[in-house]
Amino acid sequence: MVIIQSVIECCHVTKSYVRGDQEIPVLRNFNLSVPNGQFLAIMGPSGSGKTTILNLIAGLDRPVDGTIRVAGTEVSRQRETELARWRARHIGFVFQFYNLIPVLTAAENVELPLLLSSLSKSERAKRVRAALELVGLGDRLHHYPRQLSGGQEQRVGIARAIVGDPTILLADEPTGNLDREAAEAVMTLLRRLHRELGKTIVMVTHDPFVADYAETVLHVDKGKGSSR
Amino acid sequence: MTLVTLIIRNVHRQVLRVTLTVLGIATIILAFNLIITTVRAWYAGVEAAAPNRLITRHAASLSIHLPLSYRDRLAAIDGITGVTFANWFGGVYRDAKGFFPQFAVDPESFLDLHPELMLDPDERRDFLSDRRGCLIGRRLADLYGWRVGDVIPLKGTLYPGDWEFIVRGIYRGAEPSTDENWMLIRWDSVNERRRQFDPDRADTVGWYVLRIADSSTAGALSRAVDDTFANSVAETRTETEQAFQAGFVAMSGSIVRALELLAVVLNGVTLLVLANTLVMAVRERTREWAVLRTLGFERRHLAALITGEALLIAALGSIMGIAMTIPAIDLYATLVSTKLGNFFQQLVVYPSTLVLGALATLITACCAAVIPLVTALRSNVADDLRHIG
Ligand SMILES: Nc1ncnc2c1ncn2[C@@H]1O[C@H](COP(=O)(O)OP(=O)(O)OP(=O)(O)O)[C@@H](O)[C@H]1O
Ligand SMILES: [Mg+2]
Repeated sequence: MVIIQSVIECCHVTKSYVRGDQEIPVLRNFNLSVPNGQFLAIMGPSGSGKTTILNLIAGLDRPVDGTIRVAGTEVSRQRETELARWRARHIGFVFQFYNLIPVLTAAENVELPLLLSSLSKSERAKRVRAALELVGLGDRLHHYPRQLSGGQEQRVGIARAIVGDPTILLADEPTGNLDREAAEAVMTLLRRLHRELGKTIVMVTHDPFVADYAETVLHVDKGKGSSR
Repeated sequence: MTLVTLIIRNVHRQVLRVTLTVLGIATIILAFNLIITTVRAWYAGVEAAAPNRLITRHAASLSIHLPLSYRDRLAAIDGITGVTFANWFGGVYRDAKGFFPQFAVDPESFLDLHPELMLDPDERRDFLSDRRGCLIGRRLADLYGWRVGDVIPLKGTLYPGDWEFIVRGIYRGAEPSTDENWMLIRWDSVNERRRQFDPDRADTVGWYVLRIADSSTAGALSRAVDDTFANSVAETRTETEQAFQAGFVAMSGSIVRALELLAVVLNGVTLLVLANTLVMAVRERTREWAVLRTLGFERRHLAALITGEALLIAALGSIMGIAMTIPAIDLYATLVSTKLGNFFQQLVVYPSTLVLGALATLITACCAAVIPLVTALRSNVADDLRHIG
């Protein structure tokens, strides 16, 4: 018997931004339930609140109303410092623009999240190597980001996101900046992480071709979600 | 890799900007060290004063002399274990620039009361037996290249006429703070000339130096001395040698105070220079801080990274500043001693001065880090990630 457990649960979430005296509603009564081990793609027009959803799940932003439970923690109620520790343990984030630190090598970038753990130096080195080998960059350990192609940079970004073995992988348009070929490589990699390692993945994308790699696709428009 | 690796790499990003900042801080430290060295040289004179010596002078002014007859009355006071005296000779060597302090002293008792003037026994004997003899300090001897047996011609100002003294000895200071720029001549020989040409002012002394048995009685004894001569022809004012020296430099003391203030102001300049660099460096990396926070870095980690960067730049500046100070101080000493005579006898850099400068800079660096740190911590991660940078 398989117990399907929701690892991400958003209930009646409302989010709006205030700019001047104007309130911009982004999410209204938004509900989402992601079972453990699911690969979910979120699609929707620009400005529909996709990035906002990921930020809320990662605890980088707070809802105006509603509750968000992620990996057993009520994210919307945590204090800043606890949230940072929780995020280090449970969340891996992949960015559209890779966001590698330019003065650090591929291996050092991947090692960054491990600096927050109590792992020994040799243990860290072992995990960094394993993560980079997993994304097919075992031979690029000492390259700086500017010495890598966009696709390679994004794979380093993915290695950095998974090196700490987080519960959930969040990816905001991970292929948004890549050509078809590099995008395919990245998506194949994400699918492998999902299938072979059982990672829960929530990915935002514009591209239906990319969304096809996911198990489930959620269409959002102004905070109204509808699954396909 | 550790956080320190990241700090070092971050400092290395803008080589030109960081180099200029480091040079700026180094220059400030150099100025700070020169100022503190000057101030300390100044105080060294005051500190060199022995706590067990009192100075008795005319109550009205140092330029009015006291009768020689006070000597025996002073010696008779309980608690005073030695009495000597001196006159300001005020001679000029070659021209007005060639100024150095000359004291006409009672040779035996003066040397007896000033054991910090260390002298070869033979030289001491020669000085005591030659009325035209003189003693000079080692620094003074070095300055003019004088050696034992040389004749020093002086033009008298307070004691008119041309004088010639033969160097009978060169003393060394027992302490680094001992003034080695004095010239000691014999009171009896100058007084003899006075008797001939200015008999009214003969047999007087500029001030008395008293040795006391117990320095804790200095206050009581000073009052006892002054009470003894109250209502007499020449009333006295007695104070510790330290107080006397401090008073001697009192007027210039306010310049010293100004210099001290300047040293503090310099730290303010460091603060601004460093804060400026840090604010730019931190703002340029807004997105990276947001990324680090997304990875789970806490406030304290960011604080460590930014403060570490400030400290590293400040430390580089400090090291360079110290490296610059050591040769610069020699140059400065030459400049100051030729322009101001030997007024600053002690222009040496104490290690504690260097430590003080570096420490002040590092503390300042921590303050400078606060401004960019607060900006970085206040920033909204979600917003910062949206901005493409
Ligand atoms: N800090 C903010 N202040 C005001 N409005 C904001 C702020 N952040 C986001 N918004 C607005 O919220 C809405 C949703 O933004 P969000 O980035 O989540 O959209 P998105 O679906 O990710 O769009 P895209 O596909 O272009 O990335 C947008 O209309 C945006 O302008
Ligand atoms: Mg978006």
